[in-house]
Amino acid sequence: MKLITTIIKPFKLDDVREALSEIGIQGATVTEVKGFGRQKGHTEMYRGAEYSVDFLPKIKFEVAVKDDLLESAIEAITGAAKTGHIGDGKIFVSDLLQSIRIRTGESGDDAL
Amino acid sequence: MQDQIFELQYAMDTFYFLICGALVMWMAAGFAMLEAGLVRTKNTTEILTKNVALFAIACTMYLVCGYNFMYDGGIFLSGVTTVAGMDDAAIQAVLDASNESGFGDMGEYAGASDFFFQVVFVATAMSIVSGAVAERMKLWAFLLFAVVMTGFIYPIEGGWTWGGKSVFGLYDLSYSDYAGSGIVHLAGAAAALAGVLLLGPRTGKYQESGVIKAIPGANLPLATLGTFILWMGWFGFNGGSTLKLGGIGVANEVANVFLNTNAAASGGLIAAMITARLLFGKTDLTMCLNGALAGLVAITAEPADPTPLLSTFIGAIGGIIVVFSIVALDKLKIDDPVGAISVHGTVGIFGIFAVLLSDPDATFMGQLVGMLTIFGWVFGTSLVAWMVIKTVMGIRVTAVEEEEGLDLIDCGMEAYPEFVNQ
Repeated sequence: MKLITTIIKPFKLDDVREALSEIGIQGATVTEVKGFGRQKGHTEMYRGAEYSVDFLPKIKFEVAVKDDLLESAIEAITGAAKTGHIGDGKIFVSDLLQSIRIRTGESGDDAL
Repeated sequence: MQDQIFELQYAMDTFYFLICGALVMWMAAGFAMLEAGLVRTKNTTEILTKNVALFAIACTMYLVCGYNFMYDGGIFLSGVTTVAGMDDAAIQAVLDASNESGFGDMGEYAGASDFFFQVVFVATAMSIVSGAVAERMKLWAFLLFAVVMTGFIYPIEGGWTWGGKSVFGLYDLSYSDYAGSGIVHLAGAAAALAGVLLLGPRTGKYQESGVIKAIPGANLPLATLGTFILWMGWFGFNGGSTLKLGGIGVANEVANVFLNTNAAASGGLIAAMITARLLFGKTDLTMCLNGALAGLVAITAEPADPTPLLSTFIGAIGGIIVVFSIVALDKLKIDDPVGAISVHGTVGIFGIFAVLLSDPDATFMGQLVGMLTIFGWVFGTSLVAWMVIKTVMGIRVTAVEEEEGLDLIDCGMEAYPEFVNQ
């Protein structure tokens, strides 16, 4: 099992969710985050005083997948989240040691 | 037949005071929303509490003694006719007075309506202070000051101006101020300035490098709503200051006051919008809002005599002044989160002198002496009041409390409990 953590632009959330749904991935956890990479922030002006906003709003999208779905999941996410402009985000893949469905007690691949 | 017309005139003029008073009361909501929108989320509950409480305190203190200081209305309004007091004899007395003076003069109206119209002005003056001291003043220090300002400081200067009393028996004012650019707005700003000077700026606002830190307001929709509410309430503020409706000439005057008030607000907004755009490169909404209010303050001393075009210009000048004043105060390290001192003080002074542009009876010296008297009295007594409060209980929260936010410290309650605080 793998845990895919993706940082995407907020307005891409629905596209990514749909794309993963199409390849059979049903569950996900979404968090509103702020972050920056090489996309720099911007300056704003308030009553004559300038200030810089370094952190940009992003969505963190976490989904646990079976090993055999990993490649297609990455492809689906990339295809849906990409705009070609700076700030599209990143995908991180980590090993998932265990997963359990709380309601039924199933574990491993059955829990995904 | 004539008696019936007198009864109608009494009813109409009384009703007019009441409706205009209700409109000015609505300005309290405007101030509350404007200020709530321009402070940070962690200080929103506290400023709302300040606004509702100061209104209640103003109404009560003016009832207790303020109205007596200003107009000799009697302590606890003993001089005002209650419902029970308006018996047949009292009604006949009104008719007799009307018959004697005819339709030319002020005419008769219910004393209670006069109080009601006046009391909401006190609340307006006090409300100006709450925005300037926002985000770092102790709640109860502010409320204590409100008691003094509304029960004593404002009524005394109101007595010298609208009340026609002499200044401590030394001199009389020949000062023209239709609805209170000086009497209400400059007064509020003077009290605010005294408080802000003793209070100091918000922590981190003016950095050692000379950089002025921006502290953006949390809710611009509320700030905008507040401005529109104030704009609408101002029709009662200026319109009601005609003090009478029943009559052709006076009704026409009221109509022109409404028209000019609106024109000045519009001129102020446009001028401030353009000025801010030229100065900062972006169109700052908060400057637009302050501009509209500045226009309103500028016309308040004389909204009847100018032409609509002149009113627009007067408002526009107010709008330009307010933008520069806001920037200047920041350069002087006088921290005013909502621009109250600029809108009501700097432009209030301009409004006092703008009277000379259209009122042939006003004099420069009359306006100057009036302005200095009001400012000197209010600033001086406010400074003393603030200093006493500072000594007795302190006026500023601690650095840690300021960081955490006044909502939790003073009110124990967040304004936006489900959002992440800064």
